Amino acid sequence: MLFYVLRRLLATIPVMLVVAIIVFSLLYLSPGDPATILAGEQATLEEIDELRKRLGLEEPFLTRFGLWFMGLMRGDLGQSIFFGRPVLDLILQRTEPTVALTICALLFAVTLALPLGIVAAWRAGRIADRLAMGFAVLGFSLPVFVLGYLLILFFATYLRWLPVQGYTPIAEGLGPFLRHMALPAMTLGLVYAALIARITRAAMLEVLGQDYMRTARAKGLGLMPTLLRHALKNAAVPIVTVIGIGFALLISGVVVSETVFNIPGIGRLTVDAILRRDYPVIQGVVLVFSAVYVLVNLIVDLSYGLFDPRIRY
Amino acid sequence: MSAPAALAPSIGRRATSLGRQLLRHPGIVVGGTMLLVVVFFAVFADLLWTVDPLRIQPRARLRPPSEASWFGGDMIGRDVYSRTVHGARVSLTVGLAVAAISIAGGLVIGLLAGFVRLFDSIAMRVMDGLMSIPSILLAVALIALTGASMGNVITAITISEIPRVARLTRSVVLSIKERPYVEAAIAVGTRFHHLLLRHVLPNAAAPLLVQGSYIFASAVLVEAALSFIGAGTPPSSPSWGNIIAEGRAVFQIAPHIVIFPGIALAMTVLAVNLIGDGLRDAFDPHFVGRT
Repeated sequence: MLFYVLRRLLATIPVMLVVAIIVFSLLYLSPGDPATILAGEQATLEEIDELRKRLGLEEPFLTRFGLWFMGLMRGDLGQSIFFGRPVLDLILQRTEPTVALTICALLFAVTLALPLGIVAAWRAGRIADRLAMGFAVLGFSLPVFVLGYLLILFFATYLRWLPVQGYTPIAEGLGPFLRHMALPAMTLGLVYAALIARITRAAMLEVLGQDYMRTARAKGLGLMPTLLRHALKNAAVPIVTVIGIGFALLISGVVVSETVFNIPGIGRLTVDAILRRDYPVIQGVVLVFSAVYVLVNLIVDLSYGLFDPRIRY
Repeated sequence: MSAPAALAPSIGRRATSLGRQLLRHPGIVVGGTMLLVVVFFAVFADLLWTVDPLRIQPRARLRPPSEASWFGGDMIGRDVYSRTVHGARVSLTVGLAVAAISIAGGLVIGLLAGFVRLFDSIAMRVMDGLMSIPSILLAVALIALTGASMGNVITAITISEIPRVARLTRSVVLSIKERPYVEAAIAVGTRFHHLLLRHVLPNAAAPLLVQGSYIFASAVLVEAALSFIGAGTPPSSPSWGNIIAEGRAVFQIAPHIVIFPGIALAMTVLAVNLIGDGLRDAFDPHFVGRT
């Protein structure tokens, strides 16, 4: 087991290295002078020259990459043009709202999607199935921001049940935190829920057709234990896999939904960086989010053994 | 359900039978009709009761929808209906261009990777890396460097979609190469282009078509999201994303600015997704009898 974990951990290194190379190369493959881009629009010629020397832009490509990569290993993601502060600090400062939103959206999506997918598979071809899958296609098609505004208009402006926008840290009480989190989490989680529900249905259909399902029912096992303990557990691997792959939807959606709901997180930082043409921040966010994505999928890989004891490491 | 294509005597008849088969899937019919409506509006945008989408009429500022102005006016008094209709052009162009270019690019990379071992190990690592970067973020980074224009938006989204097509094509090639009839074809010295045209491409066509429709839908969504966060098409060409972005500040007093382009966007993506699901069910014998 330990050996397997280590091997999988090592296998993520080349992927992350490739991500780093791609992100680094973007700056140098794009038209325009990297020093001018990194120094920002207000920089003087001297500042640009100074930065060019500091980044070693006169050195060959590989040396430059080496310098940058060594910095990366020390946690140096560069300096923000607008704030004049390390990018890593800026990201860490805004991590809490983003993590909170992502976790809430994940929980919302899974608690919505699993029952939907299970019911759809159990009642395959019937009305419940059609409704659940219709909902899933709709969920795929509604853009995050459009859904966000519709929910705000209905629950906040019309019904006045929930606040329109904003964020309250969990430290200031669970109630206010959840009230502010409900709409963003629903907005962000819906696409994800649609994806998970579809895979849950497909995976459950596969399992429900097995002989041991009939045996379980024949020996007098109730419907719920059959569906949950026997079927769902055997269908878990593809479901967990898609939860990992679909995590990219959450990461991309965070950028948009934090803008809709005015949440001061990493997504908001990214959007502000676009408007301020603060490229180092964008680069840093891309690296951090990609690393999180690779890590989430590593955890998913490692979790297979929990659901299927036949998978041994 | 699926007519054995090999029995059909001529390509013409095979095509009509395929067409008839596709029309049996409600998703394709419903989605196709919806998409045709959107295409119609995009093509004839200037003729369909629209005014200049950039013309500013101060008196129409934030005006709610009425008989004279169906979708109302935006915050500086431009006609939201005209802007929404013109926005269809941006979305469809981006969707179509991204789908076509990423299928073509991914096909070439996937074929090379499937046949050339050395290329495979290098290219697939790059594809893995690209797939680890969430697509909106990759596009944001590219556009932050190159500037917001429709061409750059298309390039940026295409780059993040190519790896998926390349992986799919490669997997088709690898599974085809193992089949006895292909091994036999290789053994008797079939020319490479013959192998490609007769065996590989026909097997890759259906999954690529399905993939292409999903790419179309995803590209339309990503373009709108990019425009929404300020990294998409410039404000001078109205797109659904940037109309909504501009209505952001006033959406509580003038929700129509956000809602109408939002509905158009959702309807287009829904149409393409329905077509994609229909194609998938039509091509995949696995699904027959299940739905």
